[in-house]
Amino acid sequence: MTREIEKAADIPVVQIATIVPIMLTVGTNRIVPGVAIPHPVGDYSNGPEGDRRVRRELLERALKALQTKIDEQTIFEKE
Amino acid sequence: MRVVHYLNQFYAGKGGEDKADWKPEAAPGPVGPGLELKKLFGDQAEVVGTVICGDSHYGENMEAAQAEVIKLIESFRPDVLIAGPAFNAGRYGVACGNVCQGAAEKLGLPAVSGMYNENPGLELYRKYAYIVSTPDSARGMRAALSKMAALALKLGRKEAMASAADEGYFSRGIRKNFFRPVNGAERAVEMALARLRGQPFKTEYEMPVFKRIAPAAPLTDLKTAVIALITSGGVVPRGNPDHIRVSSAETFGAYDISGVTDMKPEDYESIHGGYDRYWAGVDPDVIVPLDVMREMEREGVFGKLHDTFYATTGTGTSVAHAERFGQEIGEKLRKAGVSAAILTST
Repeated sequence: MTREIEKAADIPVVQIATIVPIMLTVGTNRIVPGVAIPHPVGDYSNGPEGDRRVRRELLERALKALQTKIDEQTIFEKE
Repeated sequence: MRVVHYLNQFYAGKGGEDKADWKPEAAPGPVGPGLELKKLFGDQAEVVGTVICGDSHYGENMEAAQAEVIKLIESFRPDVLIAGPAFNAGRYGVACGNVCQGAAEKLGLPAVSGMYNENPGLELYRKYAYIVSTPDSARGMRAALSKMAALALKLGRKEAMASAADEGYFSRGIRKNFFRPVNGAERAVEMALARLRGQPFKTEYEMPVFKRIAPAAPLTDLKTAVIALITSGGVVPRGNPDHIRVSSAETFGAYDISGVTDMKPEDYESIHGGYDRYWAGVDPDVIVPLDVMREMEREGVFGKLHDTFYATTGTGTSVAHAERFGQEIGEKLRKAGVSAAILTST
Protein backbone atom coordinates (compact mmCIF):
# COMPACT_ATOMS: atom_id res chain seq x y z
CA MET A 1 0.00 0.00 0.00
CA THR A 2 2.79 2.41 1.00
CA ARG A 3 4.70 1.81 -2.21
CA GLU A 4 1.66 2.32 -4.42
CA ILE A 5 0.64 5.52 -2.61
CA GLU A 6 4.14 6.89 -3.09
CA LYS A 7 4.04 5.93 -6.76
CA ALA A 8 0.52 7.19 -7.52
CA ALA A 9 0.82 10.48 -5.63
CA ASP A 10 4.56 10.99 -6.30
CA ILE A 11 5.05 12.13 -2.72
CA PRO A 12 7.28 10.77 0.03
CA VAL A 13 5.48 8.33 2.32
CA VAL A 14 6.99 7.21 5.61
CA GLN A 15 5.72 4.02 7.21
CA ILE A 16 5.82 3.50 10.96
CA ALA A 17 5.37 -0.16 11.91
CA THR A 18 7.08 -2.72 14.05
CA ILE A 19 8.03 -5.56 11.72
CA VAL A 20 10.77 -3.94 9.66
CA PRO A 21 11.42 -6.98 7.39
CA ILE A 22 7.83 -6.81 6.16
CA MET A 23 8.22 -3.14 5.25
CA LEU A 24 11.45 -4.01 3.44
CA THR A 25 9.70 -6.86 1.61
CA VAL A 26 6.70 -4.85 0.45
CA GLY A 27 8.91 -2.06 -0.89
CA THR A 28 8.50 0.75 1.65
CA ASN A 29 11.23 3.31 1.05
CA ARG A 30 11.15 5.38 4.25
CA ILE A 31 10.88 3.19 7.34
CA VAL A 32 10.55 4.18 10.98
CA PRO A 33 10.47 1.19 13.37
CA GLY A 34 7.44 1.42 15.66
CA VAL A 35 7.06 0.55 19.34
CA ALA A 36 4.98 -2.63 19.23
CA ILE A 37 2.48 -4.31 16.92
CA PRO A 38 -0.67 -3.28 18.87
CA HIS A 39 0.61 0.27 19.53
CA PRO A 40 3.14 1.30 16.86
CA VAL A 41 3.12 5.02 17.76
CA GLY A 42 2.49 5.00 21.48
CA ASP A 43 3.51 3.37 24.75
CA TYR A 44 1.50 3.59 27.93
CA SER A 45 4.04 1.65 29.99
CA ASN A 46 5.35 4.99 31.25
CA GLY A 47 1.90 6.52 31.68
CA PRO A 48 0.02 8.97 29.43
CA GLU A 49 2.90 11.47 29.40
CA GLY A 50 5.43 8.83 28.46
CA ASP A 51 3.06 7.71 25.71
CA ARG A 52 2.92 11.20 24.21
CA ARG A 53 6.70 11.61 24.46
CA VAL A 54 7.24 8.39 22.54
CA ARG A 55 4.71 9.44 19.90
CA ARG A 56 6.28 12.88 19.51
CA GLU A 57 9.76 11.41 19.05
CA LEU A 58 8.52 8.91 16.45
CA LEU A 59 6.68 11.61 14.50
CA GLU A 60 9.66 13.96 14.57
CA ARG A 61 11.73 11.12 13.16
CA ALA A 62 9.05 10.46 10.53
CA LEU A 63 9.10 14.12 9.49
CA LYS A 64 12.86 13.98 9.28
CA ALA A 65 12.58 10.89 7.06
CA LEU A 66 10.17 12.75 4.79
CA GLN A 67 12.76 15.54 4.39
CA THR A 68 15.69 13.21 3.76
CA LYS A 69 16.85 12.46 0.23
CA ILE A 70 17.38 8.73 -0.11
CA ASP A 71 18.40 6.49 -2.98
CA GLU A 72 17.24 3.17 -1.57
CA GLN A 73 15.06 1.74 1.19
CA THR A 74 16.18 3.39 4.41
CA ILE A 75 15.48 2.64 8.06
CA PHE A 76 15.44 5.71 10.28
CA GLU A 77 16.55 4.52 13.73
CA LYS A 78 16.43 6.53 16.94
CA GLU A 79 19.59 8.59 17.31
CA MET B 1 -4.07 -27.36 -36.23
CA ARG B 2 -4.18 -23.71 -37.29
CA VAL B 3 -1.72 -21.28 -35.70
CA VAL B 4 -1.62 -17.48 -36.08
CA HIS B 5 1.58 -15.62 -35.29
CA TYR B 6 1.71 -12.02 -34.01
CA LEU B 7 4.85 -9.99 -34.80
CA ASN B 8 5.98 -6.39 -34.51
CA GLN B 9 7.24 -4.33 -37.46
CA PHE B 10 10.86 -5.26 -36.77
CA TYR B 11 10.56 -9.04 -36.80
CA ALA B 12 8.12 -8.83 -39.71
CA GLY B 13 10.89 -7.14 -41.70
CA LYS B 14 9.11 -3.80 -42.15
CA GLY B 15 11.82 -1.75 -40.47
CA GLY B 16 13.08 -0.48 -37.14
CA GLU B 17 12.02 2.49 -35.03
CA ASP B 18 11.26 4.49 -38.17
CA LYS B 19 8.48 2.00 -38.95
CA ALA B 20 7.23 1.55 -35.37
CA ASP B 21 3.99 3.33 -36.26
CA TRP B 22 3.09 0.55 -38.75
CA LYS B 23 -0.65 -0.07 -38.67
CA PRO B 24 -2.10 -3.55 -38.09
CA GLU B 25 -2.04 -5.79 -41.14
CA ALA B 26 -2.26 -9.48 -41.92
CA ALA B 27 -0.12 -11.65 -44.18
CA PRO B 28 -0.91 -15.22 -45.21
CA GLY B 29 1.42 -17.92 -43.90
CA PRO B 30 4.58 -17.48 -41.80
CA VAL B 31 6.82 -14.38 -41.80
CA GLY B 32 10.28 -13.93 -40.24
CA PRO B 33 10.56 -16.09 -37.10
CA GLY B 34 7.35 -17.80 -38.25
CA LEU B 35 9.45 -19.68 -40.82
CA GLU B 36 11.29 -21.36 -37.96
CA LEU B 37 7.93 -22.18 -36.33
CA LYS B 38 6.85 -23.80 -39.59
CA LYS B 39 9.92 -26.03 -39.48
CA LEU B 40 9.34 -26.92 -35.82
CA PHE B 41 5.69 -27.79 -36.44
CA GLY B 42 6.35 -30.00 -39.45
CA ASP B 43 3.03 -31.53 -40.36
CA GLN B 44 1.62 -31.22 -36.83
CA ALA B 45 0.40 -27.65 -37.26
CA GLU B 46 0.29 -24.92 -39.86
CA VAL B 47 1.13 -21.24 -39.45
CA VAL B 48 -1.89 -20.05 -41.41
CA GLY B 49 -1.23 -16.35 -41.05
CA THR B 50 0.80 -13.58 -39.46
CA VAL B 51 -0.61 -10.40 -37.93
CA ILE B 52 1.78 -7.46 -37.80
CA CYS B 53 1.65 -4.16 -35.93
CA GLY B 54 4.23 -1.49 -35.13
CA ASP B 55 5.14 -1.29 -31.45
CA SER B 56 4.59 2.46 -31.12
CA HIS B 57 1.30 2.29 -32.94
CA TYR B 58 0.15 -0.47 -30.61
CA GLY B 59 1.40 1.23 -27.46
CA GLU B 60 -0.18 4.56 -28.31
CA ASN B 61 -3.56 3.19 -29.43
CA MET B 62 -3.90 0.07 -27.34
CA GLU B 63 -7.65 -0.27 -27.40
CA ALA B 64 -8.11 0.38 -31.12
CA ALA B 65 -4.99 -1.60 -32.07
CA GLN B 66 -6.11 -4.57 -30.01
CA ALA B 67 -9.56 -4.54 -31.61
CA GLU B 68 -8.05 -4.44 -35.09
CA VAL B 69 -5.40 -7.08 -34.41
CA ILE B 70 -7.98 -9.41 -32.87
CA LYS B 71 -10.21 -8.99 -35.92
CA LEU B 72 -7.30 -9.93 -38.20
CA ILE B 73 -6.41 -12.91 -36.01
CA GLU B 74 -10.02 -14.09 -36.04
CA SER B 75 -10.12 -13.96 -39.85
CA PHE B 76 -7.64 -16.87 -39.93
CA ARG B 77 -9.91 -19.06 -37.73
CA PRO B 78 -6.94 -20.26 -35.62
CA ASP B 79 -6.78 -22.84 -32.84
CA VAL B 80 -3.80 -21.24 -31.12
CA LEU B 81 -2.07 -17.85 -31.09
CA ILE B 82 1.68 -17.35 -30.80
CA ALA B 83 2.91 -13.83 -30.00
CA GLY B 84 6.55 -12.85 -30.26
CA PRO B 85 8.87 -13.78 -28.58
CA ALA B 86 9.49 -10.26 -27.32
CA PHE B 87 12.68 -10.90 -25.26
CA ASN B 88 13.28 -7.72 -23.24
CA ALA B 89 11.58 -5.31 -25.65
CA GLY B 90 9.12 -3.50 -23.38
CA ARG B 91 6.63 -2.13 -25.87
CA TYR B 92 6.69 -5.35 -27.89
CA GLY B 93 6.19 -7.41 -24.73
CA VAL B 94 3.25 -5.29 -23.65
CA ALA B 95 1.77 -5.53 -27.16
CA CYS B 96 2.23 -9.35 -27.25
CA GLY B 97 0.66 -9.69 -23.81
CA ASN B 98 -2.22 -7.39 -24.66
CA VAL B 99 -2.90 -9.29 -27.90
CA CYS B 100 -2.91 -12.56 -25.92
CA GLN B 101 -5.34 -11.09 -23.40
CA GLY B 102 -7.65 -9.93 -26.19
CA ALA B 103 -7.45 -13.32 -27.90
CA ALA B 104 -8.27 -15.11 -24.66
CA GLU B 105 -11.12 -12.82 -23.64
CA LYS B 106 -12.72 -12.09 -27.00
CA LEU B 107 -12.03 -15.27 -28.97
CA GLY B 108 -11.44 -17.82 -26.22
CA LEU B 109 -8.18 -18.55 -27.98
CA PRO B 110 -5.25 -20.07 -26.05
CA ALA B 111 -2.05 -18.08 -26.49
CA VAL B 112 1.69 -18.57 -26.09
CA SER B 113 4.36 -15.89 -25.88
CA GLY B 114 7.99 -15.58 -24.84
CA MET B 115 9.62 -12.86 -22.75
CA TYR B 116 12.65 -12.02 -20.65
CA ASN B 117 11.77 -12.12 -16.94
CA GLU B 118 12.00 -8.34 -16.59
CA ASN B 119 9.85 -7.50 -19.59
CA PRO B 120 7.00 -5.32 -18.22
CA GLY B 121 4.59 -7.25 -20.44
CA LEU B 122 5.19 -10.31 -18.28
CA GLU B 123 3.80 -8.92 -15.01
CA LEU B 124 0.89 -7.30 -16.80
CA TYR B 125 -0.27 -10.25 -18.88
CA ARG B 126 1.14 -13.48 -17.43
CA LYS B 127 -2.36 -14.48 -16.35
CA TYR B 128 -3.65 -14.52 -19.90
CA ALA B 129 -0.99 -16.49 -21.75
CA TYR B 130 1.59 -19.21 -21.40
CA ILE B 131 4.71 -17.08 -21.51
CA VAL B 132 8.01 -18.94 -21.77
CA SER B 133 11.22 -17.56 -20.32
CA THR B 134 13.68 -16.20 -22.89
CA PRO B 135 17.05 -14.46 -22.73
CA ASP B 136 17.01 -10.67 -23.03
CA SER B 137 17.82 -10.57 -26.74
CA ALA B 138 17.11 -12.33 -30.02
CA ARG B 139 20.20 -14.51 -29.51
CA GLY B 140 17.76 -16.84 -27.79
CA MET B 141 15.30 -16.94 -30.70
CA ARG B 142 15.67 -20.57 -31.70
CA ALA B 143 15.35 -21.98 -28.17
CA ALA B 144 12.43 -19.67 -27.40
CA LEU B 145 10.52 -20.68 -30.52
CA SER B 146 11.12 -24.35 -29.81
CA LYS B 147 9.61 -24.02 -26.30
CA MET B 148 6.74 -21.91 -27.62
CA ALA B 149 5.94 -24.34 -30.43
CA ALA B 150 5.81 -27.28 -27.99
CA LEU B 151 3.35 -25.45 -25.72
CA ALA B 152 1.27 -24.31 -28.69
CA LEU B 153 0.91 -27.92 -29.90
CA LYS B 154 -0.16 -28.99 -26.44
CA LEU B 155 -2.75 -26.21 -26.22
CA GLY B 156 -4.01 -26.85 -29.74
CA ARG B 157 -4.55 -30.51 -28.91
CA LYS B 158 -6.27 -29.48 -25.67
CA GLU B 159 -3.88 -31.67 -23.70
CA ALA B 160 -3.67 -31.11 -19.94
CA MET B 161 -1.07 -28.48 -19.07
CA ALA B 162 1.29 -29.40 -16.24
CA SER B 163 2.68 -26.93 -13.72
CA ALA B 164 4.59 -23.84 -14.79
CA ALA B 165 7.86 -25.29 -13.48
CA ASP B 166 7.41 -28.57 -15.32
CA GLU B 167 6.31 -27.03 -18.61
CA GLY B 168 8.75 -24.12 -18.55
CA TYR B 169 6.35 -21.16 -18.65
CA PHE B 170 6.01 -18.33 -16.13
CA SER B 171 3.45 -19.10 -13.44
CA ARG B 172 0.04 -17.71 -14.28
CA GLY B 173 -0.92 -17.52 -10.62
CA ILE B 174 -3.31 -20.45 -10.91
CA ARG B 175 -3.36 -23.21 -8.28
CA LYS B 176 -4.82 -26.58 -9.17
CA ASN B 177 -5.97 -29.05 -6.53
CA PHE B 178 -4.85 -32.62 -6.91
CA PHE B 179 -4.07 -35.63 -4.73
CA ARG B 180 -0.53 -36.58 -3.81
CA PRO B 181 0.41 -40.10 -2.72
CA VAL B 182 2.31 -38.74 0.31
CA ASN B 183 0.55 -36.48 2.81
CA GLY B 184 1.50 -32.88 3.60
CA ALA B 185 3.15 -33.60 6.93
CA GLU B 186 5.52 -36.14 5.40
CA ARG B 187 6.32 -33.86 2.49
CA ALA B 188 7.03 -30.97 4.85
CA VAL B 189 9.38 -33.09 6.96
CA GLU B 190 11.20 -34.29 3.85
CA MET B 191 11.55 -30.73 2.67
CA ALA B 192 12.91 -29.63 6.06
CA LEU B 193 15.39 -32.52 6.10
CA ALA B 194 16.55 -31.72 2.57
CA ARG B 195 17.06 -28.15 3.60
CA LEU B 196 19.05 -29.12 6.67
CA ARG B 197 21.25 -31.39 4.56
CA GLY B 198 21.79 -28.57 2.13
CA GLN B 199 20.06 -30.55 -0.62
CA PRO B 200 17.77 -28.98 -3.19
CA PHE B 201 14.05 -28.87 -2.41
CA LYS B 202 11.06 -27.27 -4.03
CA THR B 203 8.47 -25.24 -2.14
CA GLU B 204 4.82 -26.06 -2.75
CA TYR B 205 3.71 -22.55 -1.92
CA GLU B 206 5.79 -19.81 -3.43
CA MET B 207 5.75 -16.47 -1.68
CA PRO B 208 4.78 -13.51 -3.86
CA VAL B 209 7.63 -11.40 -5.19
CA PHE B 210 7.26 -7.79 -4.10
CA LYS B 211 8.14 -4.80 -6.16
CA ARG B 212 10.42 -1.87 -5.50
CA ILE B 213 10.12 1.72 -6.64
CA ALA B 214 12.62 4.56 -6.67
CA PRO B 215 12.11 6.68 -3.53
CA ALA B 216 10.09 9.87 -4.08
CA ALA B 217 11.92 13.18 -3.69
CA PRO B 218 11.96 14.47 -0.11
CA LEU B 219 9.91 17.41 1.22
CA THR B 220 11.76 20.63 0.66
CA ASP B 221 9.63 22.91 2.85
CA LEU B 222 8.07 21.33 5.90
CA LYS B 223 6.52 24.66 6.95
CA THR B 224 4.12 24.62 4.02
CA ALA B 225 3.70 20.85 3.69
CA VAL B 226 0.26 19.24 3.82
CA ILE B 227 0.63 15.85 5.47
CA ALA B 228 -1.89 13.00 5.39
CA LEU B 229 -2.40 10.25 7.95
CA ILE B 230 -3.12 6.71 6.73
CA THR B 231 -3.35 3.46 8.64
CA SER B 232 -3.67 -0.24 7.99
CA GLY B 233 -4.24 -0.65 11.73
CA GLY B 234 -8.02 -0.77 11.42
CA VAL B 235 -8.84 2.45 13.31
CA VAL B 236 -12.18 3.78 12.07
CA PRO B 237 -15.04 5.92 13.42
CA ARG B 238 -16.89 3.94 16.10
CA GLY B 239 -19.44 1.60 14.55
CA ASN B 240 -17.30 1.03 11.42
CA PRO B 241 -19.67 2.98 9.12
CA ASP B 242 -18.12 1.57 5.90
CA HIS B 243 -18.21 -2.04 7.14
CA ILE B 244 -14.52 -2.57 6.46
CA ARG B 245 -13.74 -6.21 7.05
CA VAL B 246 -11.82 -7.10 10.21
CA SER B 247 -9.45 -9.18 8.12
CA SER B 248 -8.86 -9.83 4.40
CA ALA B 249 -10.13 -6.31 3.73
CA GLU B 250 -11.34 -5.48 0.26
CA THR B 251 -12.07 -1.81 0.93
CA PHE B 252 -10.66 1.20 2.74
CA GLY B 253 -12.40 4.16 4.37
CA ALA B 254 -11.87 7.91 4.05
CA TYR B 255 -12.82 9.96 7.12
CA ASP B 256 -13.02 13.70 7.70
CA ILE B 257 -10.87 14.75 10.64
CA SER B 258 -11.05 18.51 10.12
CA GLY B 259 -11.54 20.01 13.56
CA VAL B 260 -10.75 16.73 15.33
CA THR B 261 -7.76 17.12 17.63
CA ASP B 262 -7.62 13.74 19.31
CA MET B 263 -8.61 10.12 18.56
CA LYS B 264 -10.97 9.68 21.49
CA PRO B 265 -12.03 6.08 22.26
CA GLU B 266 -15.68 7.19 22.38
CA ASP B 267 -15.42 8.33 18.73
CA TYR B 268 -12.89 5.94 17.18
CA GLU B 269 -12.17 2.26 17.58
CA SER B 270 -9.99 -0.44 16.05
CA ILE B 271 -11.82 -3.17 14.18
CA HIS B 272 -8.59 -4.95 13.17
CA GLY B 273 -8.78 -8.73 13.61
CA GLY B 274 -5.04 -9.33 13.71
CA TYR B 275 -3.72 -7.89 16.97
CA ASP B 276 -4.74 -7.33 20.59
CA ARG B 277 -6.90 -4.20 20.54
CA TYR B 278 -6.60 -3.40 24.23
CA TRP B 279 -4.37 -0.33 23.80
CA ALA B 280 -6.32 0.81 20.74
CA GLY B 281 -9.37 0.79 23.01
CA VAL B 282 -7.58 2.87 25.65
CA ASP B 283 -6.33 5.45 23.14
CA PRO B 284 -6.57 5.06 19.34
CA ASP B 285 -3.80 7.68 19.03
CA VAL B 286 -1.31 4.87 19.69
CA ILE B 287 -2.17 3.73 16.14
CA VAL B 288 -3.26 6.95 14.42
CA PRO B 289 -1.15 9.69 16.01
CA LEU B 290 -3.66 12.49 15.57
CA ASP B 291 -3.17 14.24 18.94
CA VAL B 292 0.56 14.86 18.50
CA MET B 293 0.17 15.69 14.80
CA ARG B 294 -2.31 18.44 15.79
CA GLU B 295 0.11 19.64 18.46
CA MET B 296 2.92 19.91 15.90
CA GLU B 297 0.58 21.58 13.42
CA ARG B 298 -0.32 24.21 16.06
CA GLU B 299 3.36 24.77 16.78
CA GLY B 300 3.97 25.34 13.09
CA VAL B 301 6.38 22.40 12.78
CA PHE B 302 4.68 21.57 9.47
CA GLY B 303 2.09 23.33 7.33
CA LYS B 304 -1.21 21.51 7.66
CA LEU B 305 -2.67 18.14 8.46
CA HIS B 306 -4.77 16.84 5.55
CA ASP B 307 -8.49 16.92 6.36
CA THR B 308 -9.08 13.29 5.43
CA PHE B 309 -7.51 10.23 6.99
CA TYR B 310 -7.58 6.84 5.30
CA ALA B 311 -7.95 3.50 7.04
CA THR B 312 -8.14 -0.19 6.30
CA THR B 313 -7.24 -3.44 8.05
CA GLY B 314 -3.96 -4.99 7.01
CA THR B 315 -4.33 -8.61 8.04
CA GLY B 316 -4.82 -11.39 5.55
CA THR B 317 -5.29 -8.64 2.99
CA SER B 318 -4.15 -9.78 -0.44
CA VAL B 319 -1.24 -7.98 -2.04
CA ALA B 320 -3.45 -7.16 -5.03
CA HIS B 321 -6.04 -5.43 -2.85
CA ALA B 322 -3.39 -3.59 -0.84
CA GLU B 323 -1.81 -2.34 -4.05
CA ARG B 324 -5.17 -1.17 -5.33
CA PHE B 325 -5.90 0.67 -2.05
CA GLY B 326 -2.52 2.35 -2.41
CA GLN B 327 -3.18 3.38 -5.99
CA GLU B 328 -6.61 4.79 -5.16
CA ILE B 329 -5.50 6.59 -2.01
CA GLY B 330 -2.40 7.91 -3.82
CA GLU B 331 -4.57 9.27 -6.60
CA LYS B 332 -6.82 11.07 -4.10
CA LEU B 333 -3.82 12.54 -2.27
CA ARG B 334 -2.33 13.72 -5.53
CA LYS B 335 -5.56 15.46 -6.55
CA ALA B 336 -5.87 17.05 -3.11
CA GLY B 337 -2.35 18.47 -3.38
CA VAL B 338 -1.05 16.57 -0.35
CA SER B 339 2.74 16.81 -0.07
CA ALA B 340 3.61 13.77 2.09
CA ALA B 341 2.01 10.97 4.09
CA ILE B 342 2.61 9.06 7.30
CA LEU B 343 1.31 5.50 7.21
CA THR B 344 1.08 3.54 10.44
CA SER B 345 0.75 -0.24 10.47
CA THR B 346 0.20 -2.78 13.20
